[in-house]
Amino acid sequence: MTGHLDVAAIRRPRAPGWVWAAALIVAAPLVGAALGETPIPLATVWQALANQLWGAGYPVDPIDKGIIWAYRLPRALVAGACGAGLAISGLILQTLLRNALADPYLLGISAGASTGAVLVAVAGLGATFLPMSVGALLGALAAFALVVGLARLSGGGPTARGAAQIVLAGIAGSQLFNAMTSFIIARSASAEQARGIMFWLLGNLSGVRWDDVWLAVGAVLIAVGSALWHVRALDAFTFGTESAASLGVPVRRVQGVLILATAAATAVLVSITGAIGFVGLVVPHAARFLVGSGHARLVPVSALIGMVFLIAADVIARMLVPGQTLPIGVVTALVGAPAFAIILIRARSAP
Amino acid sequence: MILDAHDLGRRVRGRDLLDGVSLTIARGEVLGLVGPNGSGKSTLLRLLAGLVRPDRGLVRLDGEPMAAMPQRQIARQIALVAQSAETSDRITVRNAVALGRTPWLDALRPWSDEDDTHVAYALRRVDLAHLANRDWSTLSGGERQRAHIARALAQDPQILLLDEPTNHLDIRHQLAILDLVRSLGVSVVIALHDLNQAMRCDRLAVLQNGRLRALGPPAEILDPALLARVFGVRANALIDPHDGSRVMRFHPC
Repeated sequence: MTGHLDVAAIRRPRAPGWVWAAALIVAAPLVGAALGETPIPLATVWQALANQLWGAGYPVDPIDKGIIWAYRLPRALVAGACGAGLAISGLILQTLLRNALADPYLLGISAGASTGAVLVAVAGLGATFLPMSVGALLGALAAFALVVGLARLSGGGPTARGAAQIVLAGIAGSQLFNAMTSFIIARSASAEQARGIMFWLLGNLSGVRWDDVWLAVGAVLIAVGSALWHVRALDAFTFGTESAASLGVPVRRVQGVLILATAAATAVLVSITGAIGFVGLVVPHAARFLVGSGHARLVPVSALIGMVFLIAADVIARMLVPGQTLPIGVVTALVGAPAFAIILIRARSAP
Repeated sequence: MILDAHDLGRRVRGRDLLDGVSLTIARGEVLGLVGPNGSGKSTLLRLLAGLVRPDRGLVRLDGEPMAAMPQRQIARQIALVAQSAETSDRITVRNAVALGRTPWLDALRPWSDEDDTHVAYALRRVDLAHLANRDWSTLSGGERQRAHIARALAQDPQILLLDEPTNHLDIRHQLAILDLVRSLGVSVVIALHDLNQAMRCDRLAVLQNGRLRALGPPAEILDPALLARVFGVRANALIDPHDGSRVMRFHPC
């Protein structure tokens, strides 16, 4: 502790963490927008952006401008928001449930959100006054309540067996909600609608508009903000729920606020892009590996890694098969499933 | 700081876990809780810590009903070392102990030098300062228990509640923990299984089936009749020739 001052005096002044974070938040979507089947130089991306934002008047090819402004940039921004939001949701669930395998996708929350969104979109259940994201939120909360309730009934808790119970309950919940989604589509959707929805269900960013960008960014800011506000409370869950309560954390309220924020972010993101798996599961583990288990650093680092990961996944999805765009969920699963396997193996060797 | 429980009752699924328990913890005393398995020791500790609300009766902290206090205010005065609180997180001993500062911090009152002082003091108090940077997973059972106690001390409490802190420890560490608890200078309520260890408390509360059977200095209340009634054992007292203290040997009734 005493050596602290001397070291700081010798070292060159370093940019604080938030400067790096801000730089990354600006740079990642721009790079994401530059890459694609027809690469556009970063300078052109920047010029197109400058023209749009403050009428800088650079000469930019209108086709390039169209690709960047109407297509790639909103896509990259939604991908980034989605990655950050899903990573934070996974982190919060892992901490509050004391379970390394918790994740909105695995616990069926994404499936519930899909069902809610499809119900609103296809069955026309009050589509005029009930937006898809609200349907998704109701679906997400219903799924979470069902899965946690089922895990409780079957003896789930912060023990080794309990950890398995909640994952099993999540599988049951996912299957149920996916079946309900299929049922709703088969019953009410036209063949054309059904094809579009099936593609969307796999996680898909095509057709993203600027409206979606604001919605996604807003939802993610709320989730990240409430997680940052509660970093100490999240740390206090290290030794379990009861330990957190004995450290003065109002457990019920913190759980309620954070799970609502998580479900809301997941629901909004699912209603825009469909259910994207493995981000929420894998990214928090990568972040823990890098910065340890203190949430003051874990929350922002998870959000940043999630953002970069999903922007990269989207670039790969657009470039992997020439002339065709893969659903982004396919890419995250191809990367995420092996990473998930590694987590399982490491969890076994841990004491 | 005086903690008192009045006519506490708690029912779960039609079974009384605790029934009509009243007791007062005096300033600076070490009160032992003894009783057979399932007699309500852990339940009583969790009620005293404000983690669970009683179904009947009330707990008061300096005369104020605890039910009306925010959890955070309780945690600044009462610390609990529960049984088997474990983690698989990668966390250093220092950071685990630093969690004890949680009730004194929030988003607007960040970590300060004063908090560092409390953590360093707590680590020294339980003789773990040399392991402060070690990973939690590398600690032995005794070291973990001491780290939990340090975490509780970092809360800067006036009352410390301990639920069978000597469980699963070898005999040397059991004695070390008991010596440590006695030397802390705060009021302590400690649940214990070993009656010979319980003899070293200032007072004992004997629980059976959720009811308080006896309360008083160990030498006065742990008589053969009570031991037979509550624990179902016959006790022979022996005198340790080394220091003349009374040691009990137990036989089935």
